[in-house]
Amino acid sequence: MAILEGKKAIIIGDRDGVPGPAIAECVKTAGAEVVFSSTECFV
Amino acid sequence: MNSVIKGASYVLVHTPDMVLYNGTTQTTERIVNPDSEYLKEVPNHLRSYEDVVAYWPNQTYIGNVHPDQLAEVEFPWYDKKMEGADRYGKYGEIMPEEEFLFLVQASDMFEVVKLEKGFVEKYKDQFAKNPIITEDIVALTEDGVELSEIEALINDDHAEPLYFENQLVGCVKPAHDIDVNLSAHVMHENLMSKASSVLALLYGVRNAGIDKADVEYVIDCAEEACGDMNQRGGGNFAKAAAEVAGLVSASGSDARGFCAAPTHALIEAAALVKSGAYKTVAVTAGGCTAKLGMNGKDHIKKGLPILEDCLGGFCVIISENDGVSPEIDLGMLGRHSVGTGSAPQNVIGSLVADPLDKVGMKITDIDKFSPEMQNPDITKPAGAGDVPLANYKMIAALAVKRGELDRKELANFTKEHGLTGWAPTQGHIPSGVPYVGFAAEDIKEGKIKNAMIIGKGSLFLGRMTNLFDGVSFVIHGNTAAEEEAAAGVSEEEVKGLIAKAMKDFAATLMAE
Repeated sequence: MAILEGKKAIIIGDRDGVPGPAIAECVKTAGAEVVFSSTECFV
Repeated sequence: MNSVIKGASYVLVHTPDMVLYNGTTQTTERIVNPDSEYLKEVPNHLRSYEDVVAYWPNQTYIGNVHPDQLAEVEFPWYDKKMEGADRYGKYGEIMPEEEFLFLVQASDMFEVVKLEKGFVEKYKDQFAKNPIITEDIVALTEDGVELSEIEALINDDHAEPLYFENQLVGCVKPAHDIDVNLSAHVMHENLMSKASSVLALLYGVRNAGIDKADVEYVIDCAEEACGDMNQRGGGNFAKAAAEVAGLVSASGSDARGFCAAPTHALIEAAALVKSGAYKTVAVTAGGCTAKLGMNGKDHIKKGLPILEDCLGGFCVIISENDGVSPEIDLGMLGRHSVGTGSAPQNVIGSLVADPLDKVGMKITDIDKFSPEMQNPDITKPAGAGDVPLANYKMIAALAVKRGELDRKELANFTKEHGLTGWAPTQGHIPSGVPYVGFAAEDIKEGKIKNAMIIGKGSLFLGRMTNLFDGVSFVIHGNTAAEEEAAAGVSEEEVKGLIAKAMKDFAATLMAE
């Protein structure tokens, strides 16, 4: 988890996988700053 | 009593020329990189009509191949042809582009669609010979015009060209001089959606074994918007398509919700019928030209044909309980609400587990799940993976977490309770609804006892919310006989007894 400490994160989530806000919550707890988060539909 | 699924239709329209000229991947490329190698390569990667008919997933979509049979065909499918494949299937057909352009003209009430004389002479009879196309519809087509007239409309009036075999054969004119909502581009997109919906409605009525006049209400659940500058999404594709299909008793309205719209619309239709508001409701949708060749760049990069070369359409007829047909159970609906949250566990929980909890059922009590049924032949080479399988893994994981499934059974669950995807990536078309026809038949034949249909919608694409959406419902066998038995004496019987008693009383009075 330490690999994300102090890093800036750009998140692209997948509607049929893990959506952006869910990844953002995890990333924040690992100490990263979310600079962009979006969910995309790949179909 | 619950409403029933009286019949379903599934249609495809092979539109290779629209891939190049109307699919947004290609139209965007033409703007940003007009000399691109990709655009030059597209025509070399378009499939013939025969290849499209012989494509296993397409044969599954129109009902000639059961999904279980498709799952047995070695993957990938793009390089295999089905022997003896037929254009017509029990659910619908794969209409060729040259015939479809006549149906588009028949669906145009404002004379914006023009077809070239020679093209009309050559192909009109072929269109008229299609058994599902009635004389009324053929009568809506017009005489052909000179090619020079079409060229002038394109060059001087911003008309959208129509091609067949890469030759100019017609155009769609703008329906207004300055209103972008009625531009040739929008009219083209909307007429293609409407015409494919008309085709789906025609087969829907046929497959349900009802009269056209029996349909009292139509719900269109495609993803296009029609209107003018003062009401951009004014709508009612539903009634517009019903008119061309000859559903004289029907009114209608449009349900929108991105890919989730068909599942929303089916729930609404089932509720309208169960409430007694209408006896028969048709849920319909046509296809989407914008999505043609959506993943074309990846397909060409990997040496594949462009597999997104068909418009899709479907129709489901919902009617009053007939004592035989499978029911849509409104007592166990799933919905992703505003407050559900976006964690996968919450999403699947709200759509799958919550409705089952309401009636004390387990995830493993559902025989088949139909979530997003995209054809993996299209999505895997494009890097989007196997979408149905991804959904099944999530459902199975939740079942394990709830203690309803052994971890070792995860892989088995996706096979036993899942399906291999076969639907074209036309947004709303693959979402949950492709299995409704097969599910109804499989339930009637006793192959399965129930199925859960799950629709998901990417609301965030409209930039009005970051939320996603989803709804689900369960189809099961007909319970009318059980319900009647449980109710004891029916209302009709009570009415009959009272009427008889009053008649007898009147007779006694008369005698006196």
